[in-house]
Amino acid sequence: MNIKVEAKSIFKVFGNEPKKALELLSGGKSKEEIFEATGNTIGVQDASFTVGEGQIFVVMGLSGSGKSTLVRMINGLVTPTSGEMLIDGTDVADCSAKTMRDVRRSKIAMVFQHFALFPHMSVADNVAYGLKIKGIGADERRAKAEDALAQVSLRAYADSYPDELSGGMQQRVGLARGLASEAEILLMDEPFSALDPLIRRDMQDELLELQRALKKTIIFITHDLNEALILGDKIAIMKDGRFVQVGTAEDIVANPADDYVAAFTADIDRARVFTAGTVMVPAEALDLAADTAETAMARMETLGRDALHVVEDGRPVGIVAYRDLSASVRKNGGALKGAMIADFPATTRSTQLFDLYGLAETGLPIAITDRKGELVGVVAPQDVFAKLAAPAAA
Amino acid sequence: MFSPADILTIPLADWVNSFVREFLVPNFRPFFRSLQWPITQVLNGLDTLLNAMPMLVFTAILAAIAWRTAGRGVALFTLVALAFIDMIGLWRETMTTLSMVVTAVLFCTIIGVPLGIIAAGSNRFQAFLRPVLDIMQTIPSFVYLVPIVMLFGVGVVPGIIATIIFAIPPIIRLTNLGIRNVREDLVEAARSFGSTRWQMLWDVQFPLALNTIMAGLNQTLMLALSMVVIAALIGAGGLGLTVFTGLGRLDVGNATAGGVGIVLLAIILDRITQALGEPGRMKKTSLKATLLNLFSPARQTRAGEA
Repeated sequence: MNIKVEAKSIFKVFGNEPKKALELLSGGKSKEEIFEATGNTIGVQDASFTVGEGQIFVVMGLSGSGKSTLVRMINGLVTPTSGEMLIDGTDVADCSAKTMRDVRRSKIAMVFQHFALFPHMSVADNVAYGLKIKGIGADERRAKAEDALAQVSLRAYADSYPDELSGGMQQRVGLARGLASEAEILLMDEPFSALDPLIRRDMQDELLELQRALKKTIIFITHDLNEALILGDKIAIMKDGRFVQVGTAEDIVANPADDYVAAFTADIDRARVFTAGTVMVPAEALDLAADTAETAMARMETLGRDALHVVEDGRPVGIVAYRDLSASVRKNGGALKGAMIADFPATTRSTQLFDLYGLAETGLPIAITDRKGELVGVVAPQDVFAKLAAPAAA
Repeated sequence: MFSPADILTIPLADWVNSFVREFLVPNFRPFFRSLQWPITQVLNGLDTLLNAMPMLVFTAILAAIAWRTAGRGVALFTLVALAFIDMIGLWRETMTTLSMVVTAVLFCTIIGVPLGIIAAGSNRFQAFLRPVLDIMQTIPSFVYLVPIVMLFGVGVVPGIIATIIFAIPPIIRLTNLGIRNVREDLVEAARSFGSTRWQMLWDVQFPLALNTIMAGLNQTLMLALSMVVIAALIGAGGLGLTVFTGLGRLDVGNATAGGVGIVLLAIILDRITQALGEPGRMKKTSLKATLLNLFSPARQTRAGEA
């Protein structure tokens, strides 16, 4: 994977004695002690991360954790005190104003918490703002703005003014403005925080939908861990300007790095974080051609299972339950096929536990198949619920 | 009784006298005289134009402007007020005053808006400018009339220069304020897309500050109008002169007539500039559309919605 954004031990000190503050910091002083001694505030300390092309990197933290400062250092709205910020290999922490402008114009677009739409411009002009700055002609701007608006299904509102739109629509315009500039990197600073919960949920889905088609590199800031877990390919948890933990959603929920992270993960919806893959056990299956009812029952006894899937050429074709088999042996001499239930629950490894509830209802183990349709594992219904109940520390 | 003056007396008046008479006037008079040139040109052009224009044509134009910006009521008032001024025999004086005031406000804008923009971008410049503006606003205008006469001579143009000094602070202050008050996240958004300072100023800051700047223009205009009588003291003509001569001859009638003329002019200009500063949908209909409206009633509703 191509690395689009790479931060190498970024520090940011707000105040007039950054050098002194950094010295104190490396001497092990805390943020509060440094503030008392120098009056300077540590915004971000020693942040290093890489974001690959097409990834969504979510930075999650409470207000004052430095997350907004961090994202502003990626496009130079805030200049780091020390460290390197590489955008496609260009260090924007230390570059000329011209280079900075070029990077902003061609590589990075930003979406803001309070939308930051220009109230004196029409929606189309807002969306085309980045193109206008680049010196693109009016007709081409209009065409591209309409394309971008179509992507967020607001094309009909091109000639409206921002104050005529609802909050959710305004933020979709903000998103379209980011998309229209054709930048590969999208910085999103709490874009959905100012929206109602229902609209927020819609916007999250819409963003994921768009992302599947556009494959932008997104750096997304939020204070909502649920949002982070839904969107992030990689999540960084920030506290007091430091990264406390960086990892996937599952890493963070399953193995919180410290009590701070654990406290956050305590009340999140685990069913939306964990996937079938995390509760799956390797498949033990019967071969439709080779196995009989007797061998099947013997396998189940040794494995201690109540039901086993039946495969034909590696693909699951049905499931047999112990109870049915013993009846079948008594009645019709034990053909495996006779006892087989062809209508069995099946899904893929990446399905969220949330979506397994319906499948678990049958009481039968859920077959997990790979892209070729071959059986790779099974999920027992009770394991789904065990995973949801397991405390984070366990 | 003891007083500090027993120990030390400061001859401030003498110092200022010698500074102006022995340094400023002999050395810089030609320089100050040359400053008059652009003002003279604008004033003469405007004065000739306004005085050459028939009363009815000018009234129609100003009423149309009032109607476009401030609505029907103000347009009607403009018609009646201008007719009244004509009937009390002060048309010519009013035009002279108007050309003086417009010239003064024009130069206030040309000088004041850039200064305000610079002050918005630099705290240091703002810190320097603030006391200067405070002095300009609080010092009685009679104090600087004398050095102005010594440096620029007597006449209409020195009167306009005095008016500019008196009237310029609001437009500088409000330009500064307007630009500083543009929402921080909008400025950040403009920067994040790679705007240069100039692009940011032109596309974002200036349009968003325009309402505040127009409020400053309105204040500047009102101050300029309030200076016309004082400017008449040093030879400026127009309605100010009518009031001033009325005062000198204890001619209450003429002084009142001139005063009424100034007030009517002030109300018209105030309403128009105030309306310019208000954000309204009205401005979005282009003048062309409005003119078409006038001639084809069928289109009226459609263009009205646009």
